[in-house]
Amino acid sequence: MSPAALQIVPQNAEPETSAKRKPVRFGGRSFMALVLAPEPPVDEWLAELDELAARSPGFFGSRPVVLDVAAIKLSPRMLAAFIGELEIRGVRLIGVEGCDPKFLDGPNARLATPVGGRAAGELSAPEAKGAAGTSLVVDQPVRSGQTISFNGDVTICGSVASGAEIVAAGSIHVYGALRGRAIAGSSGSPAARIFCRRLDAELLAIDGVYMTTDELDPALRGKPARAWLAGEQLKVAALD
Amino acid sequence: MAEVLVVTSGKGGVGKTTSTAALGAALAQTGQSVVVVDFDVGLRNLDLVMGAERRVVYDLINVVQGDANLNQALIRDKRIDTLSLLPASQTRDKDALTAEGVERVVNELKGRFDWIICDSPAGIERGAYFAMRHADLAVIVTNPEVSSVRDSDRIIGLLDSKTEKAERGETIEKLLLLTRYDPVRAERGDMLKVDDVLEILSISLLGIIPESPEVLKASNLGSPVTLSNPISAPARAYADAARRLRGETIQMTVPSEKKRFFGNLFGRRAAA
Repeated sequence: MSPAALQIVPQNAEPETSAKRKPVRFGGRSFMALVLAPEPPVDEWLAELDELAARSPGFFGSRPVVLDVAAIKLSPRMLAAFIGELEIRGVRLIGVEGCDPKFLDGPNARLATPVGGRAAGELSAPEAKGAAGTSLVVDQPVRSGQTISFNGDVTICGSVASGAEIVAAGSIHVYGALRGRAIAGSSGSPAARIFCRRLDAELLAIDGVYMTTDELDPALRGKPARAWLAGEQLKVAALD
Repeated sequence: MAEVLVVTSGKGGVGKTTSTAALGAALAQTGQSVVVVDFDVGLRNLDLVMGAERRVVYDLINVVQGDANLNQALIRDKRIDTLSLLPASQTRDKDALTAEGVERVVNELKGRFDWIICDSPAGIERGAYFAMRHADLAVIVTNPEVSSVRDSDRIIGLLDSKTEKAERGETIEKLLLLTRYDPVRAERGDMLKVDDVLEILSISLLGIIPESPEVLKASNLGSPVTLSNPISAPARAYADAARRLRGETIQMTVPSEKKRFFGNLFGRRAAA
């Protein structure tokens, strides 16, 4: 996700003028788009989609979506109506594939451009927070080589050994020494946090932003600490 | 009631086989009937450390596969008659072990001995799995050094999930045997201290075996250190550990060679 900034300066520009003129800056960035491939019957598929949206509010909110209509045969008018249905549900389309580009006209003409890209496999929508079973309490130390993976908050009453891994969709609390890896907010929640009684972690990560021990302030080593995400930066501070 | 004990570590070269032989001999010296079983199929060593390499005819694999019976394969120790060895095969590999075969052998041994001590191979694969599979308790051999400690931690995780006892929902008792410990170097910070290791592994301590040339000497002589030089520091540490295994409460100390000197002196005076 790191933007690869690229400066383009006109080749034959005069040196004195180019110093005054601001160059046009381009940023390159790659990101993942969801591909929605509806299956017939479309009504039932839309009902499924509503149910999924109810379980994971905001799942579509900020994500670019590509619609693949190859599996459903729609007339141009029905396609326009279908796109309308998706827009009502807050799905932000960036392209439509699997149909004749001529089917897309009027305001939908912008979606006709082929998007391309590489398939990234199936994704599963994260369950909404606050529902039952979103907290896991582990009463034993987590040993090297073990992974605790949970779709919610994880509390460890014991230590997390070097070579062990906790992956939580929510926050991670360790009432012991954290010597392994703690990966919080794993399915995209920047509000997740990590707390531990003794920080000696190999790796801390929240919502994909990570930090290894090398980058950690040595003064925090072995101290009770918390980690949170401030924008794109992972912050770690002592607990007291 | 027979106790099945696995001596394991994850990491190689930390002293599993030495400890198996020393603990086995020390337990046998207290009058218990003991069998030490070598699970390191393909890389057998326990017979060498026990000084029985020239007496191996049949081995664990032969018994597991039904080609020989236990009477044919068990080797009774020449020094202590309550101590026996079930050697591993050097020509086969761990694939020759089968779940049913191992279970049958362990059950048969339970009917004959008070202690069945399984010497686990290094690693976390098939051999180590079968060695720990039927254990009631585990002795985790660890050196005061980070990689050994981490591997021990890994093995503890497996003991808590892959053993028969764990699968029944019970917890397997895990005891730490810290080997090659040098109090002076630990104090200097060159190696981990006892408390550091205990804190990381959070299991109870069975014994601390000091680093000593006596251990290597004993291996090369083909004798468990508890038999070859019973007054040496490591031998006394193993003997204490064996007594703790029998349920005795003995103060935890790190025996040193210096004490041995005095021990010798007093011993001689008493004898004179």
